[in-house]
Amino acid sequence: MSGSPFLILSALLFTIGCVGVLTRRNAIVVFMCVELMLNASNLALVTFARVNGNLDGQVAAFFVMVVAAAEVVVGLAIIMTIFRTRRSASVDDASLLKY
Amino acid sequence: MVNPEQAGGAFSLLWVIIALPALGAALILVMGNRRTSAFAHLLGCATVVVSFALSLVELVALLGRDESHRQVVQHLYTWIHAGSFHADFGLLYDPLSAVFLLLITGVGGLIHIYSVGYMAHDERRARFFAYLNLFVASMLTLVLADNYLLLFLGWEGVGLASYLLIGFWQARTSAAVAAKKAFVVNRVGDIGMALGTMLVFATFGTVSFAGISAASGHASQTTLTILGLLFLLAACGKSAQVPLQSWLLDAMEGPTPVSALIHAATMVTAGVYLVVRSSFIFDHTGAARTAVVIVGAVTLIWGAVIGCAKDDIKKALAGSTMSQIGYMMLAAGLGVAGYPLAIFHLLTHGFFKANMFLGAGSVMHAMDDDVDMRHYGALAKALPITFVTFALGYLAIIGIPPFAGFWSKDRIIEAAFADNFVVGLAALIGAGITAFYMTRLMLMTYLGQKRWADHVHPHESPTVMTIPLILLGAASALGGLLLLNNWIVDWLAPVVGSATAEHLPVPVAVLTVITVIVVLVGVAVAWLTVGRHEVPRTAPSKVSFVTRAARADLYGDLANEALLMRPGDEFVNGLVTFDDHVVDGAVTGTGNAFSGMSATFRRIQTGFVRSYALSLLGGAVVVVFIMMAVNLT
Repeated sequence: MSGSPFLILSALLFTIGCVGVLTRRNAIVVFMCVELMLNASNLALVTFARVNGNLDGQVAAFFVMVVAAAEVVVGLAIIMTIFRTRRSASVDDASLLKY
Repeated sequence: MVNPEQAGGAFSLLWVIIALPALGAALILVMGNRRTSAFAHLLGCATVVVSFALSLVELVALLGRDESHRQVVQHLYTWIHAGSFHADFGLLYDPLSAVFLLLITGVGGLIHIYSVGYMAHDERRARFFAYLNLFVASMLTLVLADNYLLLFLGWEGVGLASYLLIGFWQARTSAAVAAKKAFVVNRVGDIGMALGTMLVFATFGTVSFAGISAASGHASQTTLTILGLLFLLAACGKSAQVPLQSWLLDAMEGPTPVSALIHAATMVTAGVYLVVRSSFIFDHTGAARTAVVIVGAVTLIWGAVIGCAKDDIKKALAGSTMSQIGYMMLAAGLGVAGYPLAIFHLLTHGFFKANMFLGAGSVMHAMDDDVDMRHYGALAKALPITFVTFALGYLAIIGIPPFAGFWSKDRIIEAAFADNFVVGLAALIGAGITAFYMTRLMLMTYLGQKRWADHVHPHESPTVMTIPLILLGAASALGGLLLLNNWIVDWLAPVVGSATAEHLPVPVAVLTVITVIVVLVGVAVAWLTVGRHEVPRTAPSKVSFVTRAARADLYGDLANEALLMRPGDEFVNGLVTFDDHVVDGAVTGTGNAFSGMSATFRRIQTGFVRSYALSLLGGAVVVVFIMMAVNLT
């Protein structure tokens, strides 16, 4: 089985995520783009596992999912807190921690 | 030769002689000045007097023994034991220690008693007695030690006590400075003592006198000479010999009983004791002995010249001490023939110098603490007891027969002539100068016209002060009895050996007559220059070069300052500059470089999350490219 279509899709999703993180200001959208990149890499891992015929990639994908789930909990909480105090969800507004 | 036996019987009480004054000092110091002020002076005197009584008991016990068994050692405990190094806390009691014990506790005890009256009005008298006791205890440790390390303990204790006592009136800047000076100069001598002790251990593998005495013949000549010179340096520091003499004159800042204690019973005699105690080393090295003789001869003239020009009664006496200790060192340097003479002169000097210092204290007491002899005059009538006792000391120190000093000094001059004509001549001239300055002191203080101001009313001191004077005056007059039948020489023979007959170029009687004539000439010159004229109340400023030099202590301080202090200052200043600019420069320079770099680089932290994300992405891309490049090659 050829993995190329899956890998192309994965690269596409990853690039969309990447561009989204770099260009969007809304924290929720940035957060979704990060999730998109994680899932793109998950797709690549699973594809390679399928191509190589072993389970290493599948296991790695599970770990990524667990980490992503934990990240969603913490990340959304942070975004909520920032929004409550600043009345804004823009990542550019939260720039106090600088030189 | 030191070859002691274990102590038994009365000798097992030896440690008590040291322990009593040490206990007195500890008790007073721990309880404090205020709580002990009612009884401290009694305690201080009692401990030393009981020690004196015990010393007498020990002497009788020693006299009862056969001459070849007169060295006993009391081993108290092992002090230090580390590897091959071994030092006992042991006490060596032999004829040499015996006479020192009697001198220290006897003369020291009289000085204690005198101090009761002299310090009566000082509110820190209890503390004073604690220090006096500490002084005596240290000196007793020094002379009873059976090894160099324990001797060193006493040696340092003496240095400490002298520091505390010279600076006793520390509120006076001059006293504080004098104490510090004495301490620092002594430290130079202590280097000699410490190095000597180390070299002794390195050479002989032991520090005990008995062990070294048995092995000293096998050591190399060079080692023994170096040892001799190191111990000479130590002795120079403690005994105020040239070139370490400068502290002694300033030490007069202490209360007068302290001066008496330092000059007569303790401290300055320690150097002479060290040389005589180390006879088993000096016997084998002619070079070191010659150095001792030279130091002694130079100092005896040096001190005498200074004594001639001083108007301060205590400083004149201090110059005289320096000179007399010079005689002792000279004698000690002559070897077997001289050791007993050095000790004999040390004893007689202890009597008459303690007597005269206490007499000077009595005069100061009468004159409201004025020390300038130009303000005295005609005090003989006002202070009859002080005058008579002082006169006995005076006759003793200038060497008029039959007073104590005549016997001891005359024998040293004889021995010096037998050894070397130049040395003998120095000793003879020294005797003449001694006669001059002591006569000058007597004339200016007790005779002539009264020169004191009308509001001063000289009065005789209280009985507690005059009794020690009378006893010491009697000792000054009768001290020569020790030489009766050559007793002192035979007595010390088991320790230092006995000499063969001396070869003098002229008969002894002729030399004795010449000495007495030289002394009388000195007296006559003093009478002609001082006694016949009215003494001006202020010192004349138009004086010869020699007088000016002598008034400035023969420029000893100036030489120390120019040769040691200034170069030392320059050296230290150079080091400080180096530290400030080179060492500190490197340290602060490194710090400045990093803080400058951080000021530049922290601009990267913009606070925009998306720019961080971009750099993250860029970094990831770079890593990927590197991985690809590595895989392709």
